[in-house]
Amino acid sequence: MKSLEDKLFLNRYQPDKVSHLRVLNREKCVECRDKPCTYICPAKVYRWNDVEKIIETAYEGCVECGTCRYGCAHDNIEWKNPRGGFGIMYKYG
Amino acid sequence: MTEKFDVIVVGAGPAGISAALTTARAGLNTILIERGDFPGSKNVMGGVLYRQPTEEIVPGFYKKAPLERHIIEQRLWILDKNSVVSLGYKTQRHGEEPYNAFTVLRARFDRWLAAQAVEQGVLLITETVVEDLLVDDGHVVGVKTGRPDGELLGNVVVLAEGVNSMLTQKMELKKDGLKTTELAVAVKEIIALPKAKIEDRFNLEQGQGVTIELVGESTQGMVGTGFIYTNTDSISIGVGALLSHIVRRKINPNELLEHLKNHPMVRPLIEGGETKEYLGHLIPEGGYKAIPKLYGNGVLVVGDAAGFVNGIHREGSNMAMISGKTAGQVIIEAHKMGEFDERSLSRYDKYLSNSFILKDLQKYQNASGFMETHDHIFSLYPKLANFVAHELITVDSVPKKEKQRRILKEVTARRSKVELLKDAYRGWRVMG
Repeated sequence: MKSLEDKLFLNRYQPDKVSHLRVLNREKCVECRDKPCTYICPAKVYRWNDVEKIIETAYEGCVECGTCRYGCAHDNIEWKNPRGGFGIMYKYG
Repeated sequence: MTEKFDVIVVGAGPAGISAALTTARAGLNTILIERGDFPGSKNVMGGVLYRQPTEEIVPGFYKKAPLERHIIEQRLWILDKNSVVSLGYKTQRHGEEPYNAFTVLRARFDRWLAAQAVEQGVLLITETVVEDLLVDDGHVVGVKTGRPDGELLGNVVVLAEGVNSMLTQKMELKKDGLKTTELAVAVKEIIALPKAKIEDRFNLEQGQGVTIELVGESTQGMVGTGFIYTNTDSISIGVGALLSHIVRRKINPNELLEHLKNHPMVRPLIEGGETKEYLGHLIPEGGYKAIPKLYGNGVLVVGDAAGFVNGIHREGSNMAMISGKTAGQVIIEAHKMGEFDERSLSRYDKYLSNSFILKDLQKYQNASGFMETHDHIFSLYPKLANFVAHELITVDSVPKKEKQRRILKEVTARRSKVELLKDAYRGWRVMG
């Protein structure tokens, strides 16, 4: 079985230098009990860092579905389209 | 000086390309703006494209477009943990011209479709994000792109931005945003397999294809479906479930897909294949009640941005294309009159109300809400179907009368006769 990392590696990306995803209020994540962003994302972009108490965002692997934007219970993720020419570029679709 | 167009279309998917193609054919100065490096590179669907609606955009397309296989068989698999109740329809009539449906890979098909639009005079701009709409006195007059000096003026802006309808929401055409109960998150893999192997495994002749929709264990009982579609030399396998259920059940979509790939009924179909791509996408499943306001002063909404998906009949790309074409026709009429205000563009809503698009969505307007709250239809019922089939088919020298009693006892232990009748009645009400 291929890991998710292996699968994402198959995709064609043109990663931007800056993230198109932004957690708005870090305090809300600390209080958020279930942290749905850490499991609803098809590319597992979001990871809870228990030492620094922040959500880490591996935006480079984002498949731009928008699930996090709507699934965050606190409406706490700013989701923009990556700049033109950046992000996921499917070969098959 | 800022350039002025008759029509600005935001997004080169089936809806946007169809709108642009329609207006360009009538001689309107049309620009199509796409954020990907080519039309299709951001676009995802399961993979079924219907022939008749597509011919309304490009007659005879199937003779030249990059298609995968023509579908001659559609199966429905009701899955339990290690069994399946299978239904299906296969016909030779769908294996002959003019065909009924095809599997496609969107990065290839959308690119081709956009090229047809360009041939008709559409100006296609790629790698360009529309960040905002230009509004003057309550009237949309153009778009602001991410490019330097990237403002464009137009008489009408067509929002074909897809399910992540940020401009539609920003314009307050969809005031309350999108809810997790109105969205499904779907993931898919493209798994390469030799042609001959696909044809052997799925009992097909050259060029023929099959679709399988899978309910029950495929979504671990959540509202949603899995799918397996045959392409020329690959399989599209995926699964989608309501976001509200994914959030509640704490299941990662990729893990859901891996679970499906490892199901004993599914595994042999993809055995030995090589994964080529992994995709994720949202599907607007809110139906009729989640449709935004479809028109405003100088603006129309088409395709997924308008929520035109019929999950029960696996339709979406057809509605996208026909809504795009209809928007195009309304713009052509508006152009003749020189009126681009809300009143003039409201014809779009009228035309769609008289078409299968709003008629079908209205017919099933209570279905998505019903399923969201009656999820045992996707969890308990598939299990019961498999149990009943197993009891009836297993020969064990038990008299049939007793078998029937045993089946009824087991079924009613899981759901009472009254509840079963209620479900049947409610199901008939929302589907009939």
